[in-house]
Amino acid sequence: MNELPQQLANGLILGAMYGLIAIGYTMVYGIVQLINFAHGEIFMVGGFGALTVFLWLPDGFSLLAAVPLMIIGGVICSVAVGTAAERFAYRPLRGAPRLAPLITAIGLSILLQQAVWKWYPDAKKDRGFPQFGGDPVHIFGADIQRGDFFLIIAAPACMLILGWYVNKTRSGRGMQATAQDPDTAKLMGINTDRIIVMAFAIGAAFAAVAAVGYGLHNGQVGFKMGFIMGLKAFTAAVLGGIGNIYGAMLGGIVLGVAEALATGYMHDVPGMEQFGGGAWKDVWAFALLILVLLLRPQGLLGERVADRA
Amino acid sequence: MRNRSALILTTVLTTGALTLTACGSRDKDNNDDNAGDKKTVVIGFDAPLTGDLSALGIGMRNSAELAVKTANKENTVDGVEFKLQPLDDQAQPSVGGQNAQKFISNDDVLGVVGPLNSSVSQSMQKPFNDASLTQISPANTGTELTQGDGWKKGDKKRQFKTFFRTATTDQVQGQFAAQYLYQKANIKKVYLIDDQKTYGAGLAASFKDTFTDLGGKIVGQDHVNPEDRDFKSVVSKVKGKGAQAVYYGGEYPAAAPLSQQLKESGAKIPLMGGDGMKSEEFPKLNKKAVGDLGTSVGKPVEELDSAKKFIEEYNKNYKENMETYGGGTYDATWAIIEAVKIVVDDNDGKLPSDSREKVLDAMSKVKFDGVTGTVSFDEYGDTTNTMMTAYQVNKQNKWESKFSEAYKPR
Repeated sequence: MNELPQQLANGLILGAMYGLIAIGYTMVYGIVQLINFAHGEIFMVGGFGALTVFLWLPDGFSLLAAVPLMIIGGVICSVAVGTAAERFAYRPLRGAPRLAPLITAIGLSILLQQAVWKWYPDAKKDRGFPQFGGDPVHIFGADIQRGDFFLIIAAPACMLILGWYVNKTRSGRGMQATAQDPDTAKLMGINTDRIIVMAFAIGAAFAAVAAVGYGLHNGQVGFKMGFIMGLKAFTAAVLGGIGNIYGAMLGGIVLGVAEALATGYMHDVPGMEQFGGGAWKDVWAFALLILVLLLRPQGLLGERVADRA
Repeated sequence: MRNRSALILTTVLTTGALTLTACGSRDKDNNDDNAGDKKTVVIGFDAPLTGDLSALGIGMRNSAELAVKTANKENTVDGVEFKLQPLDDQAQPSVGGQNAQKFISNDDVLGVVGPLNSSVSQSMQKPFNDASLTQISPANTGTELTQGDGWKKGDKKRQFKTFFRTATTDQVQGQFAAQYLYQKANIKKVYLIDDQKTYGAGLAASFKDTFTDLGGKIVGQDHVNPEDRDFKSVVSKVKGKGAQAVYYGGEYPAAAPLSQQLKESGAKIPLMGGDGMKSEEFPKLNKKAVGDLGTSVGKPVEELDSAKKFIEEYNKNYKENMETYGGGTYDATWAIIEAVKIVVDDNDGKLPSDSREKVLDAMSKVKFDGVTGTVSFDEYGDTTNTMMTAYQVNKQNKWESKFSEAYKPR
């Protein structure tokens, strides 16, 4: 049986998740040159927000109808945390040496993780997440789980909305201007503080969408889930060219597909038997990152500075 | 570009820093109230009380606490008041090592129960050995912990005089699982996956040897990362190999999504694992657990007469499930209490000044009827009780015992 379509589908779905989270890293970096390492935790908070909404709904409520509500709940939670982080943790440090906000981000990441661990009911271990029943759908030789259609639809939809927003709307253009030169943008009458908050909020909202996808995909959320996903998404952002929103999605998908193919096929390469399989997939993904950065230090799409947002 | 070096520095720093973040808080236990003229003996306890594996760890802590309470209530050892000092190791060897030092520096600690993870145990054995402090693990199944790395070649050597356990070894458990699958479940082709930890890899290795010896075929082997929750790529591979079952060496947090994704991929075959997978949490986290198999040490405590009282008391006092190791932990704690009793009885009802050494010596004499059966230890510190049970998840999504036997290692 040919498992290539299946592995590509696995990689695409995983990559879409990475990409959605990576957008948060890339937008914030593009505007304030800060790696917001608490972003993985904002993703995690979104997952718990969505779960909370689901638990509030009466039993027997259709999951299909619940998903939009869960997205709203998740988005509200992560945007609230994301913008609060910007306002209270990062804004006071604007203009400070770059290490200060970085350490703050790490501290914030620990704080959020521990807060969920401590106060969310029963969150000291993984919590189950609702899932779509039913058999997988067979398309192009791959079995796709029903829950994964969420990501397949949500990721391109989010990208389209974001592209339209950045290029066509007034505040989107303000965002581009701020990214290129914050001082001049300010002189031109752009409220850069507001733009920065917008960047954090959009990143957080996308992370929440990714978190709902994560929950539907894996059937559970946990307080630790933001760490690895955040690290991978950050990698995806760098791979695609940090600062570029399309690069973030591309980087995510390349990373996801690389992981899936490494798991599926590295065994079959002569002499590499022991370096294949699930345990080595991260090694191959990062090897790819190093290779890309050696050849293109700016990342895959890093050159298109004009599209920065 | 101006920002590049800062970006690289950021990446390096953060990756490093985030790896170190896992140092949480720890309970401080410093009420030294001596009840009357009673001497306080502290029994240390170490297990993951937070994180993924906390369900197992908390069940263990409650069981150990119950043993201590029972001993105090029944006045098992005259003139001695037992106290439990539970520490959280977060399933991390480094934290376990720090906890070990804490126990050692407290002179009232005469024995330690725990930990859950074999890998954590490896960081505790040496310090305990140097301090002559007795350690009994209810859950460590890594064969080399007692018998040394040479056990596969038949070259068994006791590693640490202070290490004992009430759990049977991975060797026994993996063999038992292989035999059960091959002979009882009539499954001849298995795909093998492990999580590369001491426990998981040991279990998988032992399973593989026995299964191929019996004539079964391992159609493929893979390793996964225990922190992962997405195994779609791995299960896609399993599907094409014609396996009738997947054997997983690892624990329930990863086993649950692995099993679910395995079934979702269209491969309608069961996942089998060891006692790390046979947790009540497993069917809760996994919506397609029905049919999955697990082995565990000892008879199911619910079926043992000796355990009736324990279960009753436990359920009266604690709301958390006792989980897989509840009975074994109670027995491990009780073994230390028994050893203290022997020491005190031999010393005219008083605790001697070199209590730690004396307790250690007494361990070889300990023999009593515990929750999981007769508790005593052989020359390696292993339990003499090799009762094993195979379980399967039934239609009600609960583990159900299928088959028990006192397994003789091959």
